[in-house]
Amino acid sequence: MEMKDTRSGFGAGLTELGRKNPDVVALCADLTGSLKMNDFQDENPERFFQIGIAEANMIGIAAGMTIGGKIPFTGTFANFSTSRVYDQIRQSVAYSGKNVKICASHAGITLGEDGATHQVLEDIGMMKMLPHMVVINPCDYNQTKAATIAIADYVGPVYLRFGRPKVPNFTPTDQKFEIGKALHLKQGNDVTIFATGHLVWEALEAAKTLDSEGISAEVINIHTIKPLDNDAILKAVANTKCIVTAEEHMLNGGLGDSIAQLLSRKNPTPIEMVGMDDSFGESGPPMKLMEKYGIDRNAIVESAKKVITRK
Amino acid sequence: MPNITELNNTVTQIRRDIVRMVHANSSGHPGGSLGCTEFLTVLYFDVMNHNTNFIMDAKGEDVFFLSNGHISPVFYSVLARCGYFDVAELATFRKLNSRLQGHPTTHEGLEGIRMASGSLGQGLSNAIGAALTKKLINDDSIVYTLHGDGELQEGQCWEAFMYASAKKVDNLIATIDYNQKQIDGSLDEVLPMGNLTAKLEAFDWLVLEEKKGNNLEAIIKTLNKAKELSGKGKPVAIILHTEMGNGVDYMMGTHKWHGSAPNDDQLANALSQNSETLGDY
Repeated sequence: MEMKDTRSGFGAGLTELGRKNPDVVALCADLTGSLKMNDFQDENPERFFQIGIAEANMIGIAAGMTIGGKIPFTGTFANFSTSRVYDQIRQSVAYSGKNVKICASHAGITLGEDGATHQVLEDIGMMKMLPHMVVINPCDYNQTKAATIAIADYVGPVYLRFGRPKVPNFTPTDQKFEIGKALHLKQGNDVTIFATGHLVWEALEAAKTLDSEGISAEVINIHTIKPLDNDAILKAVANTKCIVTAEEHMLNGGLGDSIAQLLSRKNPTPIEMVGMDDSFGESGPPMKLMEKYGIDRNAIVESAKKVITRK
Repeated sequence: MPNITELNNTVTQIRRDIVRMVHANSSGHPGGSLGCTEFLTVLYFDVMNHNTNFIMDAKGEDVFFLSNGHISPVFYSVLARCGYFDVAELATFRKLNSRLQGHPTTHEGLEGIRMASGSLGQGLSNAIGAALTKKLINDDSIVYTLHGDGELQEGQCWEAFMYASAKKVDNLIATIDYNQKQIDGSLDEVLPMGNLTAKLEAFDWLVLEEKKGNNLEAIIKTLNKAKELSGKGKPVAIILHTEMGNGVDYMMGTHKWHGSAPNDDQLANALSQNSETLGDY
């Protein structure tokens, strides 16, 4: 399996956009290399804006640039893309209805060694609470590239979240990205695993383990947390009648939270959730951190077995 | 030169609008609104090249951002009086289902508003963005802003000051409403500003200081000077000395009327000092 980082998928998507859409502009707060925005910068120096370490200013400038028809893509770490600039996003982007794409790398705990100051695990929650904000967390390089290209055609504020480590690149290169459309990855009848971001691959691996133990697990990739694909979720739940959610994010405010809200209203169903349980992260190798905090395939397997007993 | 008598009549009518709007809700910000009435009147009725048939993208026209969104009464009145929307709509200010929200917003589709403001410190960044896009699309129009002086206590303003000069955003004229008052008292009581001209010059802006910020001729002269200075590699700042509450004697010389509304008697008093000129809404 080819291993690639999702941030490079963003960089590749942005480069392609630079070639085909003259209205796309990119802004970065001193993390051009980390965000893989170098190729766009090299090919379109007049459309690339180095803002310096001033994220609030970057969000404000991006909002202003939409006046006149530009489509700004901002790039910095997820922490500095959200919690640091929440009020700027709220007033200048979301409430003002501006066509800004907030692109956030190094999301979650797999940022690794830099530790908890940089490991934002609340960003999906913050962004999904903003009215009309689209929130996307693609699972691999190919899907991140496709999502980057797709959001340029959507008019309105978008939060696109991706990560730092190299992870399996398993989705097809030619797969079209449809905002808000869940992707069915594996059939199963005993339990449905809804996963987002880096946890989608972990869910597929967990499903193999479950299969080998005689448990038939369905896997669905929810790359768009908002708007949530309610129909796909309700359809799956009607069949399997129990679910596991998996995400590299705080349980409070994440994908599991969104699905739990939907199901408690429409079809109360036993749920187990894999994610960060009200804790900050810490320094360490990404995969070791996922293991320590129970955000990996093993946690999904255990949660699946548990939730089946609750049917 | 524009007709000063006409501009003066407009100013007087806008003052009436401001105190009536705020009185009708017992809420709003009359002090700063009155202090900036002459400036915004000159900007919209004389200096800016703008189209009252509102188009968000503003291609080929000058753009204005109100960063200190709490002085929405004067902004709404100026927009209505120059034709963006019907003056009758001023009566809906701060009411339920109104497009004239407490602080300006694009959310309700009010013509003339291009960005929400109210949470302070964001307007200069917004303006820089609009100015950068104008350069990208070869539009040589100018982007104007207005900021409170107390607002400059927000750190984002200084991120934006630093960026605009470093990146030669020279199609930008930022005016500071220098009334030296804020909610809790004078600037010096709350957080002394020091030498603002020196600070902005140190940030490599061209700085004009206008001591007569409530005088129409002086404002016209200074804004025209600022226009002449634009396009020469540096952003331009105007430090506009204003009197909070200008035109209503009991609101002047104090910070008390920053966010307080007049009662019935006080309204009558304010209106008696500013006779109807263009017709009340």
